[in-house]
Amino acid sequence: MDMFEKLKILGESAKYDASCTSSGVDRRGGTSDGIGSASSCGICHSFSADGRCISLLKILMTNYCLFDCKYCVNRRSNDVPRARFTPDEIADLTINFYRRNYIEGLFLSSGIIQSPDYTCEQLIEAVSLLRNKYKFYGYIHAKAIPGADPELINRLGVLADRISVNIELPSQKSLNALAPDKSKSSILLPMGHITNRIKQNSYEIVKYKSAPKFAPAGQSTQMIIGATPDTDFQILRLSEAMYGKYSLKRVFYSAYVPVGDQKLLPPAGTKPPLLREHRLYQADWLLRFYGFKAEEILDEQHQEFNPLLDPKCNWALHHPECFPVEINRAPYEMLLRVPGIGVKSAQKIVTARRQTKLDYPDLRKLGVVLKRANYFILCSGKRAEGLIVTETGIMRQLMSASTVKELEQKGGFEQLSFFAQENNVDKFPALPSLPSVEDTVKCLTGEM
Amino acid sequence: MFNGRDVVYCYDGSFDGLLCCVFESFVRRETPIGITAGAQEQLTLTEVLDVPTDPEKAARVGLAIPKKISPRTEELVKIAFLTFGEDKDLLILKYLQKGFSVGGRIEDMLADDTVNALYRAIQHCTTEAQRMKQFIRFSDFDGYLAAVIEPKNKVIPLIADHFTDRYRNENFLIYDETHRMALVYHSNRAEIAENIYFEMPDAGAEEERYRELWKSFYDAIAIKERYNPRCRMNMMPKRYWKHMTEFSENEFAKKKSGTETIGVKPSLPRN
Repeated sequence: MDMFEKLKILGESAKYDASCTSSGVDRRGGTSDGIGSASSCGICHSFSADGRCISLLKILMTNYCLFDCKYCVNRRSNDVPRARFTPDEIADLTINFYRRNYIEGLFLSSGIIQSPDYTCEQLIEAVSLLRNKYKFYGYIHAKAIPGADPELINRLGVLADRISVNIELPSQKSLNALAPDKSKSSILLPMGHITNRIKQNSYEIVKYKSAPKFAPAGQSTQMIIGATPDTDFQILRLSEAMYGKYSLKRVFYSAYVPVGDQKLLPPAGTKPPLLREHRLYQADWLLRFYGFKAEEILDEQHQEFNPLLDPKCNWALHHPECFPVEINRAPYEMLLRVPGIGVKSAQKIVTARRQTKLDYPDLRKLGVVLKRANYFILCSGKRAEGLIVTETGIMRQLMSASTVKELEQKGGFEQLSFFAQENNVDKFPALPSLPSVEDTVKCLTGEM
Repeated sequence: MFNGRDVVYCYDGSFDGLLCCVFESFVRRETPIGITAGAQEQLTLTEVLDVPTDPEKAARVGLAIPKKISPRTEELVKIAFLTFGEDKDLLILKYLQKGFSVGGRIEDMLADDTVNALYRAIQHCTTEAQRMKQFIRFSDFDGYLAAVIEPKNKVIPLIADHFTDRYRNENFLIYDETHRMALVYHSNRAEIAENIYFEMPDAGAEEERYRELWKSFYDAIAIKERYNPRCRMNMMPKRYWKHMTEFSENEFAKKKSGTETIGVKPSLPRN
């Protein structure tokens, strides 16, 4: 089989893994021999036709697999062409792509062949060839093989920048149903092991300058969204727990794309739940950068995201008691909660207001999206001039342009309300019986 | 302190020359309505003041910036000088005038029009430099790497460090077609050459093979159920596509017509 065919098969079979970041570690080549460096902000070298970033040569070592996970395109029972790279082929491709600035490094994963230990050893061989023979200083992300010996994971972690174990599905129940060869513990065990090893390593490198670094860019994981009935709230709480307990750097969400007909799964032809995935990433951002808790974004009563509004706008509309916010005095944490103000503009506001009182035109200069922020802020005690507050008006400004367009085509604007419920994407309900709608508007306009 | 005056300063286009314009404006206590690099004839209606480049005057301004304003301002002004806006010279002048009067505080005056405009230009420039780190594509010619770029800003000084560190043991060249300048790295020494011309030679068989391998990987990695050309264009603006391997056509591809490439007209990858 020639390289072209192999690369096609093993690239295609790796494509459903969402994570492709090269961030988290800064490493200069300096005067060393060899090639490569790493930049902590990560560098995306290309974007594929689906708009996803390509920063690493993301391939499987092989797509032969002993396991039969129902959601996976490489499952044992699936009839697809199979291939396998040798460590030399992987190293050659990586180096030659890297020299041409196509990629930032290698993302190596694999189907399970013979045994988890054997598979892990093969990965170690490929990665170690790159690091030791080719003196490759670029980024390497390796998959920890569930069930492999912890000692092997240790060896892999010293060679790679980032290690990940995919949690795959958000609950034990879903795992039992769809991934009979995996269990929650076989996933969480290595994850916990890696977390401990990273922590331990942070002491070692303080003590001994030359101690080898263990996965300096940390650990990440991914979950498949929409293959099982787990709710957004469950998923978000799980992410929050993993960021906390396992100190994960990233949790990736991957909208399920049907790979062949399976009884337990959405049928082929089902569109991947991209909006849901998008909302999860938005909420994920709120957890990591905006100081939100999962319980603030969703709760037992509201287990699904509002399809019309992003989670931050949704939160703001449900918490009129927190607004309006005085731009010239509000603490940074509160500025972050205003729709239309992001991390960068909040930081700029804090800097700029040290020098002068800020007014609405100033905010625009600082990159605040006024059409959204207007409803939630005051500048020196004043509202934006000529601001008309109607429920439909606010909704219109807070929704994304594409949602607005979609709604207009359906003629659904008339009955729009703040509290459009998640389950009725297609038929927008008339004003629900919640008494607070009017109150909210009044509160927002400062009439109350 | 400064009076606006109907005059255009004309300098030689060097950074020192611009610092001399700043010097001149302080001596005359005035703000010109424009600054041009090199002689421009259409400006006959306004008075033109030729500002000769005097290393001594430039050094005085150059030293005063970190001392009287801030070291960060010195860095910012140097980046601002690489930007492409027509009024960039005047903007730098106004920024420095203000900086010398308020001191280091100017860094925080984000809502000020001059400061804001300058920071925006700098932002555009650093973003483009970042894009270059992402999207530059090298070709291998018998061990020498070469790449052509067409940036709006003069990004080469901003990306030199990144590439010389990354490819420290290679020999390479990055040619900026817009500004006719190049970063040349040879035997572990980097140099920026100006006013040169370079044309990419034809690729050899091995180079073609890796290009094709990359293209086939690029097509394989896309998920067709998630096809989203708009998102791709936002993240990777089309004006950079011209020099990117993913979108180039070549002889090898025509011969091996079985592989479909997502060319300039994006089409769906085959499953």
